[in-house]
Amino acid sequence: MSVDTEEQSRSTSRDEALAELERDWGERPSLRGWFSTVDHKRIGRRYMVTAGIFFILAGTDAMILRTQLARPNATLLSPEMYDQLFTMHGTAMIFLFSTPMFFGFGNFLVPLLIGARDMAFPRLNAFGYWVFVCAGTVMFTSQLVGRAPDGGWFGYVPLTDTPYSTGVNLDVYSLGLLFLGVSTTAGAINFIVTVVKMRAPGMSLNRMPLFVWAIVGTSFMVIFALPALNLANAMLFLDRRFGAHFFDPGHGGSTLLWQHLFWIFGHPDVYIIVMPALGIVSAVLPAFCRRGVVAYPLMVLAIVTISIISFGVWVHHMFATGLPQLSYSFFSAASTLITIPSGIQIFAWLFTMLRGRIVVRTPFLFVVGFIVTFVLGGFTGVMFAITAFDQQVTDSYFVVAHFHYVLFGGAVFPMLAGIYFWLPKFTGRMYAERLSRWAFWLVFLGFNTTFMPMHVSGLLGMPRRIYTYPGGLGWDIWNLISTVGAYILAVGLLLVLIGVVHAVRRGAPAPDDPWQGDTLEWGTTSPPRPYNFAPVPQVHSLHPMWDERTTGALAIDEPLPDHRAMTTSELDGREEGVIEMPEASLLPLAVAAGILVVVLGLLWAWYWTGWYWFAGAGALLIFGAVARWLWPPERTPEEAGVAS
Amino acid sequence: MRRDPSRHRARTPWRLTIVLCALVLGGCARHEQSTLHASGAGAQRIEGLWWLMFWIAMAVFAEVMLLLGWALWRRRRARAKIRGGDAIGGIAVLGVVIPFAILVTVYGLGLRDLNALAAPRQDPAVTVDVIGHQWWWEIRYADPAGAVTANELHIPVGEPVRVRLRTADVQHSFWVPQLMPKTDLIAGKVNETWLQTGTAGSYRAQCAEYCGKQHAFMALMVVAQPRADFDAWAAATAQPATTTLTADQQRGRAVFERSSCASCHTVRGTTATGRVGPDLTTVGSRWSIGAGAAPNDAGHLGGWIVNSQTIKPGNKMPPQPVPAQDLQDLLSYLRSLK
Repeated sequence: MSVDTEEQSRSTSRDEALAELERDWGERPSLRGWFSTVDHKRIGRRYMVTAGIFFILAGTDAMILRTQLARPNATLLSPEMYDQLFTMHGTAMIFLFSTPMFFGFGNFLVPLLIGARDMAFPRLNAFGYWVFVCAGTVMFTSQLVGRAPDGGWFGYVPLTDTPYSTGVNLDVYSLGLLFLGVSTTAGAINFIVTVVKMRAPGMSLNRMPLFVWAIVGTSFMVIFALPALNLANAMLFLDRRFGAHFFDPGHGGSTLLWQHLFWIFGHPDVYIIVMPALGIVSAVLPAFCRRGVVAYPLMVLAIVTISIISFGVWVHHMFATGLPQLSYSFFSAASTLITIPSGIQIFAWLFTMLRGRIVVRTPFLFVVGFIVTFVLGGFTGVMFAITAFDQQVTDSYFVVAHFHYVLFGGAVFPMLAGIYFWLPKFTGRMYAERLSRWAFWLVFLGFNTTFMPMHVSGLLGMPRRIYTYPGGLGWDIWNLISTVGAYILAVGLLLVLIGVVHAVRRGAPAPDDPWQGDTLEWGTTSPPRPYNFAPVPQVHSLHPMWDERTTGALAIDEPLPDHRAMTTSELDGREEGVIEMPEASLLPLAVAAGILVVVLGLLWAWYWTGWYWFAGAGALLIFGAVARWLWPPERTPEEAGVAS
Repeated sequence: MRRDPSRHRARTPWRLTIVLCALVLGGCARHEQSTLHASGAGAQRIEGLWWLMFWIAMAVFAEVMLLLGWALWRRRRARAKIRGGDAIGGIAVLGVVIPFAILVTVYGLGLRDLNALAAPRQDPAVTVDVIGHQWWWEIRYADPAGAVTANELHIPVGEPVRVRLRTADVQHSFWVPQLMPKTDLIAGKVNETWLQTGTAGSYRAQCAEYCGKQHAFMALMVVAQPRADFDAWAAATAQPATTTLTADQQRGRAVFERSSCASCHTVRGTTATGRVGPDLTTVGSRWSIGAGAAPNDAGHLGGWIVNSQTIKPGNKMPPQPVPAQDLQDLLSYLRSLK
């Protein structure tokens, strides 16, 4: 009897503690709250929805391109229109869709996977989102008014420099990407600090989920790769607007300098896109193979190796530029070797399947689709590492086929797997299995029908980035097949969208752990409460949710009170202290708006130099908002009760 | 899932070969620029390398599909026992040792081919400068000297030809898929490549680096001729334009010299010495007009002169309001320039 009372009182006190947590963390729905939120889950979902919208826009661009290319000598598009469309398709898919989508996944999932209550810098996180959405909107608006960048996503000089590009188009490109780079850099730093300092007690580095490793590897690559792109774009802007001649060989500049800077960023960027996707595969597989991914240390090693070697392969994008053969052979060797860590991951996943018991659900189907397509993209990837062969097929449709196998096969298939897998966690609803299987088969069939023939048209000598082509060169039929495939693919992706919307509106309520997953996000509600976990999870192994020590403690431990989170040591994940988490704030939005004003001012100054003053006003707004943001808090840590 | 998608794929190259053979034998394609129908020393090497890598890729793909198929076949049954362990041995062999051996082999072969592409076996006797323009190719023979043409590159059969590559504006790329892989034309830099083929014929080529609006129509025809024919062609092309003209051709030349034509185009032996557009001294004999934009016949040439923007939008030549009679004379003159 007395035991019962004790339990009863314990559960009442727990209920009270939970209600208090809800008051501390919950955000009452309001317009202000919508703009000021710093909840990583809301921000993560926004990233994903916004990136999804940009995907639809950039995908529509691609459908128009494919329609133009369906037959020879087509006149649906003018050359100018075609150039803007293919440039925006590439630029948006790379910068406004892939990376932000995975940042959305990371934002939503990383704190949950490591048992934290939020990102380390929640306001920086909100800031990153606002910058992303503003930069993306600026770039797509330029397309709406017919002034979109038209120099290819790679923006090679001198074509993108004066006097060959005279419109505002390439300023949209250079300023837009600089703008966006702020967001990506802030996000990457936030991921690294979050993962290093906020992991649940007991989650030493060797118990960290592979998806989290992938996000950390990605973030480090972002931090080291993006400066090269930012530098290149700043120089391009100075060249174009103020006659700086960085890239003008007539005045001692160098056009190859742009290519080096661009690809020093550009090749790591391929892995920046693919690596989180590989992380998703490693996260999805255990639930459907009923065991952990084999060879965890090798997987981590593969992630770290790729993050490093990816910086030593950029010249394979420049194998036809006439650089010395000796340097070709080094970069060729590095580009060949980088396939080994990817190969290790592929075989680790295969052995995971071979040693587990497979349960086939839609996320698993997309993983299988990923393996089939990514492996094919890997083969052609090795071929491009071989300099002599690269010189023959680079800039042909063969390379278009290759990187779509890598980027669509390697990134979008896992992304779709991840969407179906975590939809219960993202939305609290289940998707419809039958509809999603139809979606998978259409996407798989459509994808291969679109891109397999491009290998052939490329080998038959069809260069890329041409707005049309003469008939009779043997390319006609392959292009027609590609276009038909693109329409099938579009229908498949439409079914994915319908499935997600249907799930959100009518889907069955999701249980906390529909897949019996192994990681901590399944240890909280679907969708999670604003504070994620009431008690701080205790981690004892690589698969905390398959470990009774963790699940048992989650059910009975005392909730961590107040608007606080726990910090742990970098390597071993030992408890270090408790910090107070920042409240919601409009300041991130204000700083982002300041940058937007600067960018718009610089863009409009192309038409009328008076707008430079407008840009200056934006700079003042940024300065003021940042000063307010960084102003020392009113309470000392002692007063706040979180001094260590 | 049980249907193995690899089966479909494995047949594709055969189908490709069949289609290609049909195209080649049937002569459906007037010209082609297929890397799989290589004729030049450089491209033939790459074609061999491609098929080698293709079959290696297919073998590895079959291996992956077998493992995947096996997993899906055996491990879906409810009684499949979940096994522990890390399979380090399997991953080390299949994921590291075998790929490493394959990669080193392919890398070595690739280096051998790269070395072979670097320079021809014997020193070239013919040197040609290829200058990229938005959007046409200027061809100037340094050796034998004097021959200047556009969008058409003649080479002697069986001999290597040195090609020096420069650009007058943005970046382009010189790619003759049947003869030689790409070399870019970089502003502020002179790149070199070479061509050699044992088979006489025409090989279509096309700019392979995005260079603006008309990147699609920046084609080049490489014509390989027996040495005697080549010498004759080079000598004829090096000559100034003929002066034995019919009356209407003479009127056409007068139109050419006094109108805006002459400020952009050169016809050697006349007062027309413009350097903006292609040298037209041999325009009547070229394979196309507008670098592949239209066939070279009187109708298209007339249309080009009147308003080339309808044929190749964005090119530098503005519409020319030439009176009808002048146009007829001009056409008859230009057609006579061979």
